[in-house]
Amino acid sequence: MKILTPMRALWSLSVLGAVLLGALILGLTAGPSGLGVGEILSVLADRDATGPAADIVLRVRLPRVLLGALVGACLAVSGVLFQAMLRNPLADPYVLGVSGGAALGGILVLSLGSAVGLGYEAVPPAAFAGCLITIALLYAIAGANARVSTTSLLLTGVVFNAFASAAIVFLASMAGLTEGASIFLWLIGSLSSIRTEVTGWVAMFLVLGLGATFPLARSLNLSALGGESAEQLGVDIDRQRRVVLIASSLMVGAAVSVAGMIGFVGLIIPHLLRLILGPDHRLLIPASAFGGAAFLVICDAIARTILDGRELPVGAITALAGGPLFLWLLRRYHQRVFS
Amino acid sequence: MTDAALCFEDVALKFGEHEILKGVSLEVPEGAVVALAGRNGAGKTTLLRVASRVLRPSAGRVSIRGTPIDEFSRRDLAKELAVVPQDTPVSFPFRVIEVVLMGRSPHLGVLGFESRADVALARDVMARVGIEEFADRSILDLSGGERQLVLIARALTQEPRVLLLDEPTAHLDLAHRVAVLDLVRDFARDGRSALVISHDLALSARASDRLALLAEGRVLDCGRPADVLTPVNLMAAFGIRADVIQAPDGSPLVIPRSAASDAMS
Repeated sequence: MKILTPMRALWSLSVLGAVLLGALILGLTAGPSGLGVGEILSVLADRDATGPAADIVLRVRLPRVLLGALVGACLAVSGVLFQAMLRNPLADPYVLGVSGGAALGGILVLSLGSAVGLGYEAVPPAAFAGCLITIALLYAIAGANARVSTTSLLLTGVVFNAFASAAIVFLASMAGLTEGASIFLWLIGSLSSIRTEVTGWVAMFLVLGLGATFPLARSLNLSALGGESAEQLGVDIDRQRRVVLIASSLMVGAAVSVAGMIGFVGLIIPHLLRLILGPDHRLLIPASAFGGAAFLVICDAIARTILDGRELPVGAITALAGGPLFLWLLRRYHQRVFS
Repeated sequence: MTDAALCFEDVALKFGEHEILKGVSLEVPEGAVVALAGRNGAGKTTLLRVASRVLRPSAGRVSIRGTPIDEFSRRDLAKELAVVPQDTPVSFPFRVIEVVLMGRSPHLGVLGFESRADVALARDVMARVGIEEFADRSILDLSGGERQLVLIARALTQEPRVLLLDEPTAHLDLAHRVAVLDLVRDFARDGRSALVISHDLALSARASDRLALLAEGRVLDCGRPADVLTPVNLMAAFGIRADVIQAPDGSPLVIPRSAASDAMS
């Protein structure tokens, strides 16, 4: 493997960009109406397209595929960032409890919202509020004492997730049958009840998150050999940790708020790309954005088409498809990914 | 205040109620290798962590060529001073060449891709340290000794003016110990300086211009190794009886006496 150069990074990202483009086209063609690639491209090329094909492509599939791509990118990027910050290859976007907070917020509305006149449209804002409260809690612990150990941070996340899970079980057992089904779907993670108006918000958090953390990519490489070692190479480790914590948590919060707890993307995509491209975060962070987006769009296409006339939650497909794929790559590359 | 390459003035440090350093004053002159010895827990590693600003002293001051280290930005301090830790945790499978190139980090811009000159420097340093044959191996697959050599190569690639080494030969065989101490001597030859913690008193004495004995958070004695390594100082620093003889090249050799041999004599 050669040393990472800007040309090699661009080449790798171009290949991943092409994969994402292919995934987006696949996502747009997948569905019961049998639209071909040609029809879809002509609808996309024509700004004034009307008719059933245009309705299906522009109003139904495109928003879903775009949001799926954004959610996948948010989860994979925050996964790689949490793994780097915590120096723990087993970390995933949900490890610090931000998802637990978001889930609790969302499920509060799903289970009790109808009693106070709140519909499904209130779920994403409530979930995001839950995420913000959790970030504030984490920041109070990690931010006030930036030298807090990663173990303390991880334990806080574990404890908070356990608390949120218990509260969710309590709420779910009080909920009716319909609300219970919605809660179940939301916990597995699904793109079936997305609302198009949230796309811009998720895109904004992804762009902000990437913008804030990509300049830290090289310093995250240095942190792989310990925080103290990174400091001795000129890294402001406290600042790095604060920025990564807030930016990643906001990306996780945005993704979970709109799509529920889609698992596996944030854990497996960074590992998969690390196996293929190496551990350099200057490439791994943007590559994870492309890879996560493509993976979730493909999984969603499978979720929509694998059963005739029925749709599976995409969260079930991410684990079913991602697990064997990852094990195959691990075997093929014969490379150690864990210390 | 002095213009020494690295100067500790009355440096004290407490962890809670526990005083680790109790007023350490020590100079590392330009072009000199200073060895630092003392029993475990004497404060040697803590002193290195204070010098690299990972720990802040509760009193006293550390300066580089007369400028207090607090006046340097983190990045500028890393250009002046490189640290070779005893060992370091590694989380991801970076290749050896990538780890060595991390030493160029303080000299690069924000995203900073390394130039060809940086890569050439890293390869040259790796050849000097003797690790060029495993440039493409994952650092996770190396032994403790090999990993230590990689960290030394990384610090040399950093091109600092002062090198701080914390037991750099702890995991190394005898040949590599000598090679590493020769590297440190070469490093100091062109006006740069090194502060080396080592428990190997014979090699330290041979490789250093000065030797400082640290005991209970204070410098017990500092000077030419032959003057410092005396039975009285060794008793005070390590609590052991020892004979000190002269090697053929004149450097001191410490031969500790066991309790049994003491009883027999």
